[in-house]
Amino acid sequence: MAIFEQSIHWPVWLMVLPLTGALLTFAIYRYQNLIGLITAMGILWSVIALAQKVLTEGPQRYSIGGWGAPLGIDLYVDGLSTLMLLLTAAVGFFVSFYGVGYAGFRQHNHGSGYFWPLWLFLWTALNGLFLTADIFNAYVTLELIGLASVALVGLSGQASALNAAMRYLLVGLLGSLFYLLGVGLLYAGYHTVDMASLGQAAQAGPLPRTALTLMGVGLLLKTALFPLHFWLPPAHANAPTPVSSALSALVVKAPFYLLLRLWFTVFPDSTTGAAANLLGLLGAIAILWGSIQALQTQRLKLLVAYSTVAQLGYLFLVFPLTQDSMAASTAWSGALYYTLAHGLAKGGMFLAAGTIFYALQQDRIQNLNGISRHLPVTAFAFGLAGVSLMGLPPSAGFLAKWSLLTAAIANGQWGWAIIIVLGGLLAAGYVFRVLSYVFMQAPSKAHYRPVPWLMEWPALLLALMAICLGFITQTPLTLIEIGAPMSYQYLLP
Amino acid sequence: MIFTPALLYILTGIGLFILGLYALFVHSHLLRKILALNIMASGVFLVYVAAAYRSPEAISDPVPQAMVLTGIVVASASMLLGLALAARVKAKTGRTELDDGSPSE
Repeated sequence: MAIFEQSIHWPVWLMVLPLTGALLTFAIYRYQNLIGLITAMGILWSVIALAQKVLTEGPQRYSIGGWGAPLGIDLYVDGLSTLMLLLTAAVGFFVSFYGVGYAGFRQHNHGSGYFWPLWLFLWTALNGLFLTADIFNAYVTLELIGLASVALVGLSGQASALNAAMRYLLVGLLGSLFYLLGVGLLYAGYHTVDMASLGQAAQAGPLPRTALTLMGVGLLLKTALFPLHFWLPPAHANAPTPVSSALSALVVKAPFYLLLRLWFTVFPDSTTGAAANLLGLLGAIAILWGSIQALQTQRLKLLVAYSTVAQLGYLFLVFPLTQDSMAASTAWSGALYYTLAHGLAKGGMFLAAGTIFYALQQDRIQNLNGISRHLPVTAFAFGLAGVSLMGLPPSAGFLAKWSLLTAAIANGQWGWAIIIVLGGLLAAGYVFRVLSYVFMQAPSKAHYRPVPWLMEWPALLLALMAICLGFITQTPLTLIEIGAPMSYQYLLP
Repeated sequence: MIFTPALLYILTGIGLFILGLYALFVHSHLLRKILALNIMASGVFLVYVAAAYRSPEAISDPVPQAMVLTGIVVASASMLLGLALAARVKAKTGRTELDDGSPSE
């Protein structure tokens, strides 16, 4: 058994498995759901195995085909990658089950057969990005994520979805080209695309700074940081529900992950305080702007999409908050915990919103009266996810916000602290606005469609995970620490 | 900095990139937007090819050429998806431009 364990290279398995699943679900149409679910479980299993290995043995490096960097492609796994892989596997697992139950596919029949292959392709590309140790390979996986996501957004074939998909494609390609140009300049300067070699070769100077700026612009477009967020709400709101959930919880985090890698581990010398403050400022505006838009919108799915714009802003506070070495590790753990908390909570919230949309056949917020009587599980899931998004204790969102707040206060950066608190209040505003209708006593006389149980429970389980990670903090925090650029010392409370 | 042929190609590539970027923003026709992205991609590839240049005598570096090859495959796949989507948008809405982008309430 020990030999068997050693012979399995989990990082490679994590890409081969979803890729095989995607091809099989495309070829064997009849047993799509079965093959897809087995694949999803297999990936979850592999990620857990990989996480255990990283927890016990530290960061892992694997050379595909034994070529090795700089010529070959290397895979690298540390705490940050493992965390993202685990988040992807957890959200992906529940999204897959929801996808089986999603009755909306039967409504728009023509695209439904493509959900499984495209979704598993997307999963392959996400895993590939989180595993790669090579900035050019990262470009390829970014492009694959983009192509699969665009096709998924346009799956329903309706005019609004096609428009959103087209805009998403143009923005995604533009972002990729900026990124690719930056990679080209770096190769011209250092003759390598391997992250570790680049990190050793690059000194502060105009070349890495220009390249980092170009790559940064591309990645910010793809992460939808304010004011580059314009494409996100239509794309996320018009996609089929399982897709919206995966896009909001995972896909926008992928370019952010790459930005973290480049900023903190590859080019730490080329970053400046001014750039960090600019990113933080844009993040702060995103929090306020996204929350205000969410407060004003009349449609539920659009509200959840605008909430993503706002919540992504929090992630960018990691740049200014890590400038002071005093609280850098707290800010780092806080931001990564935020990624985790938001992924789980937003994944659950989008699934719940989609279920409500399906049951009512529309999602105007005024018409949600008393829906908790018909869909108690979904309403509860929406509420629980909201608790984590608002940052109420004892959720994962609370822990993440608390760490960011601690870091801001420890640094004496009061401006960011005010934004963090204000963002939480605004989130409470838009979540309670929905909940006040959902739990209203008098139910409207609207006609409800029956909802399959597979559309209700995955949302609740995801939201529950977001809450549970407020208690079970030991393993994620240990993982964050492994290979982190800032060593973690303490995390309050 | 010495003005080498490689630098000339790099500058030309960046010029194409900027031209394409301009065209992407000013034209609303979807086909023109896709073409603009194509030109930007060509500019980036030119930078890569120029980065492969070492000296008049030496053989140029094959790695960026392999990367350009990968890039061309990725770019052609994306452009095809773009064209197919644009055709679907035209068939469904009768328009060759995107809507104004405000999410429908």
